[in-house]
Amino acid sequence: MNADLKAALAAQLLAMADDEFILGHRDSEWCGHAPILEEDIAFANIALDEIGHAVTWYGLLADLKGEDRETYPNRLVYHRNLPDFRCAQMVEEPKGDWAFSMLRQYLFDMYEKVRLDWLVNSPYTPVAEAAAKMRPEEVYHLRHTRAWVRRLGLGTDESNRRMQAALDQLWPYALQLFATLPDEHLLVEAGYFPHPDDLCESWQAVVIPYLQEVHLNVARDSRPVTISRTEHSADLKLLLNSLQEVARLYPDAGW
Amino acid sequence: MIAVDGIWELLDEVKDPEIPVVSLVEMGIVRDVEISDNSAVTVVITPTFSACPALQTMKGDIVSRLREAGIEDVKVKVVYSPPWTTDWISDEAREKMRAFGLAPAPQHGGSFEVTLLDAMTCPYCGSLNTSIRNSFGSTPCRMIYYCNACQQPFEQMKPL
Repeated sequence: MNADLKAALAAQLLAMADDEFILGHRDSEWCGHAPILEEDIAFANIALDEIGHAVTWYGLLADLKGEDRETYPNRLVYHRNLPDFRCAQMVEEPKGDWAFSMLRQYLFDMYEKVRLDWLVNSPYTPVAEAAAKMRPEEVYHLRHTRAWVRRLGLGTDESNRRMQAALDQLWPYALQLFATLPDEHLLVEAGYFPHPDDLCESWQAVVIPYLQEVHLNVARDSRPVTISRTEHSADLKLLLNSLQEVARLYPDAGW
Repeated sequence: MIAVDGIWELLDEVKDPEIPVVSLVEMGIVRDVEISDNSAVTVVITPTFSACPALQTMKGDIVSRLREAGIEDVKVKVVYSPPWTTDWISDEAREKMRAFGLAPAPQHGGSFEVTLLDAMTCPYCGSLNTSIRNSFGSTPCRMIYYCNACQQPFEQMKPL
């Protein structure tokens, strides 16, 4: 693998890992606060799965860079500065109300599904193997979040209003997930990763009819909130302050 | 020097930290045992779910058990491929799980999404008159069911 392709792959893995990690963290904020105990348990599990997927992608990044896969993920999440994160702003947004968090999780789960469906056949074996491991786990997520989107979309006037508000807010953020990374074309040309436009098309082909079915309207002329993963919200700064506080105060702390 | 078979026997004594009635070998978590020319032992394991929180405990338990048996040079290698499936859990382990009150996942031969629609069998009374309460549970690999026949909630291993 030449140096340019390797750098593009590293950037891609970091972006995927950061999305999963920050979303997992946001989801975990419901732990102890979900509407009922069963949902508390379910969402905490989903949060854990996403963080597990982040660790998997960080691990592949460690292998690619010749770093130690045991310690490298912790270094990245606890000791990296805000400008070096590569997550999309969709996962940075505060958890909002239950409608917002459920819809965000559904949109992200479906994005993961279309991506993993492609990646299991990637000729780059480490990514294909990781995708094969994650894909069945996502089945449980989608089963859960699809049900919530339906329940709230078709529930009451109040639940539909909240879902529509969440969708209006989330859609331009969701589109950022499909914005092309600076050197992503190298990965597409090598056949390692799908073209983001194709991915977006597959995703919209599933997501839009489903949202319409549950009486939610997608603003079709939307544009991504930003296409750059180097721009971050003030909310991410607050999240990192809280997440990294102990690790930065006591760098040698054991857990 | 201990042979590979002897190491598998020792590993069969290491229990799953979350299901203490079955071993890591019976769970299909231990995939391989390698002994190098200089007697270094490598145990290859695979997690059930990507985010399995018991992974570190399992690694520690494996190293401790082999060290107790006098094997000093032990490494545990974690692999993710091929992905773990509940189909790898042995029949004996399924029986032990049921007796423990954890319903084993049905065999699915790779199409586990279909089994999600199946009625699961109550581990207490054997009834199929059961319904799902939560597709998530106390660990990543469990969900919560309710038996309408004996009116008991029970934990069901997630088919994977």
